[in-house]
Amino acid sequence: MTSKETVRELETQGYKYGWVTDVEEESAPPGLSEDIVRWISAKKEEPEWLLEWRLRAFRHFMKLLEDKQNPTWANVSHPPIDFQAMSYYAAPKPKLELESLDQVDAEILRTYEKLGIPLEEQKRLAGVAVDAIFDSVSVMTTAKDTLAKQGIIFSSVSEAVKEHPELVKKYLGSVVPYSDNFYAALNSAVFSDGSFVYIPPGVRCPLEISTYFRINAEGSGQFERTLIIADKGSYVSYLEGCSAPMRDTNQLHAAVVELITMDDAEIKYATIQNWYPGDADGKGGIYNFVTKRGKCAGANSKISWTQVETGSAITWKYPSVLLQGDNSVGEFYSVALVNGRQQADTGTKMTHIGKNTSSTIISKGISAGHGNNTYRGLVKILPKATGARNFTRCDSLLIGDQCGAHTVPYIEVENPSSSVEHEASTTKVSEEQVFYAQQRGLSAEAAQTLIINGFVRDVVKRLPLEFAVEANRLLELNLEGAVG
Amino acid sequence: MLEIHDLHASVNGVEILKGIDLRVDAGETHAIMGPNGSGKSTLALVLAGHPAYEVTSGSVSFDGADLLALGPEERARRGLFLSFQHPIEIPGLRLDHFLRAGYNEVRKSRDEDEMDVLKFDRLIRAKAKDIRMDAALTKRSVNEGFSGGEKKRNELLQMAILEPKLRILDEVDSGLDVDALRSVADGINALATPQSATLIVTHYQRILDYVVPDAVHILIDGRIVRSGDKQLAAEIESKGYEPVAEAAGLAPAGGS
Repeated sequence: MTSKETVRELETQGYKYGWVTDVEEESAPPGLSEDIVRWISAKKEEPEWLLEWRLRAFRHFMKLLEDKQNPTWANVSHPPIDFQAMSYYAAPKPKLELESLDQVDAEILRTYEKLGIPLEEQKRLAGVAVDAIFDSVSVMTTAKDTLAKQGIIFSSVSEAVKEHPELVKKYLGSVVPYSDNFYAALNSAVFSDGSFVYIPPGVRCPLEISTYFRINAEGSGQFERTLIIADKGSYVSYLEGCSAPMRDTNQLHAAVVELITMDDAEIKYATIQNWYPGDADGKGGIYNFVTKRGKCAGANSKISWTQVETGSAITWKYPSVLLQGDNSVGEFYSVALVNGRQQADTGTKMTHIGKNTSSTIISKGISAGHGNNTYRGLVKILPKATGARNFTRCDSLLIGDQCGAHTVPYIEVENPSSSVEHEASTTKVSEEQVFYAQQRGLSAEAAQTLIINGFVRDVVKRLPLEFAVEANRLLELNLEGAVG
Repeated sequence: MLEIHDLHASVNGVEILKGIDLRVDAGETHAIMGPNGSGKSTLALVLAGHPAYEVTSGSVSFDGADLLALGPEERARRGLFLSFQHPIEIPGLRLDHFLRAGYNEVRKSRDEDEMDVLKFDRLIRAKAKDIRMDAALTKRSVNEGFSGGEKKRNELLQMAILEPKLRILDEVDSGLDVDALRSVADGINALATPQSATLIVTHYQRILDYVVPDAVHILIDGRIVRSGDKQLAAEIESKGYEPVAEAAGLAPAGGS
């Protein structure tokens, strides 16, 4: 480690992933235009239909931008984003089409190793297949061959466009159309890479599938697109992680994730979001404006979102489920932590379309420092959703007296046979609790960690074990110094 | 073991303790009695290091160390235990997890290895059995939804695990019926050792029928106005605090 890096690591105070990888990158010039969209598409050697789709999205976005249709309803504030000032593509040089590790830049390998995601075969985490995304491109996808033997496709989206155009064409935009919202339109126009997963009928994916997103380049946005399809009777568990260097300017991350389950299929999707949150005064950090939605297209299918959101200056995301198939199940388990000047407006939408559909929402918001945390959720029961059920529980934990917690639940019921339950609580980590724990020998910091771990236990226990440990550690790191 | 000299303490600028002197040696049990508002609980909390109380003057030595210079967790690690009058609830945090974390901190401070989950599970079950507490409670959130008796028994369990040198029991009998009182008292007696000392803070004399003190101190208006043997407790029981207060030139209940 260079001394410069050491200094940087000290400066981050708790954020352990704030370094920059020294690698030569090729970037698109700053600015958004039809030419840039064409440039990205050409760079990726895309078929005509995809370019056309991007251009439709681009025109839609420009119209929204002209009409000042930027979303303003979220409980977050930031200066206007200059969409002409950022670059929409950055990739390590030379363009890497990797079949073996030999072709991966050693610096990039070291980066992932430092992040705890070693890509070398001998060092890989057992039972996990990884797609490593570095700025705008996938640099490596592990365990592809093992998975291919069972007919499972796991690759970058760019590769899937070439290898399986019929699947991509059929499903891309089928859950989140480009016209869905402002940032989905932007993503559809300029998305660069992301992961693609297809699980064939009746196959239970033997590995955890995961993608690790790393932003490295300065002045660029990251616009990834992930598409997961679980065919009839199949099962997959997917996990994504992310981090970024510490910089004093804001960077935009606007992703779209689409999930589709056929009859009797199940997708578990977990996120550990640890983008750089900015410094204590709110300088820098990632704007994490993400659209995630799953569609339970088939009967008896299930989509489960679990998220641990500890990073980003601003988080704006609502992983949702369209419960179309009869008896389908949607779940949303969330921990969102804000500290310093972080802002989070996150929650879910559960749309009950089919009969006897059910959904569960468990949201745990932790607010510390000057952080501002909002749970925003919609439970919508459509007229044909006979026997639909929802249970929602929103708990907020406050640390200190400068932070905020808000709960904004919307419930729209159009079928009288449905049942909707909503519970909410707000508690404080009190001086009395900390003192009680200290009286049993614990330091104030350890006491706080235990109290927080207890608060989030219902959500974190749904993560695969090693990631649950990581999630608890992140919560701890992000709260260092929050209790004096 | 514990020597308190001219201890003054206040909360929110109001002086509650107005010069306490007390000495407790190993193997001894002392009772602090007093009417409501006399400063009994304040004394217990000040000794444990509660941040809301400010010590304005005086000194306290514990096992030769300057107690007031130590943080609350350091006092606990050195063997000072407070059984809370109102044990605190911590939703979501399992009692056994909480207690193992504290226990291991105490062990670490003594240069002992941390105890693993399985060994600790055996320990906590054995201790729960000793004090006749349902071990299933240890899998629930700390004090959440516990009855009054369960909370007191939980304090006892924690004391049994941590094996403190100085045990400060603040109104340990409040909210207990007579059977529960007897069994909690049995637990307190069973856990006593010649190396440990006990300070019982109580309004009523009845706990002292079961946990017999070597000395009784009457605290009124932030001062110890009279000390004696267990007969003094019996006297309070029959005549109340007023005669003692009047003899000291004070009105009871800390005010006039």
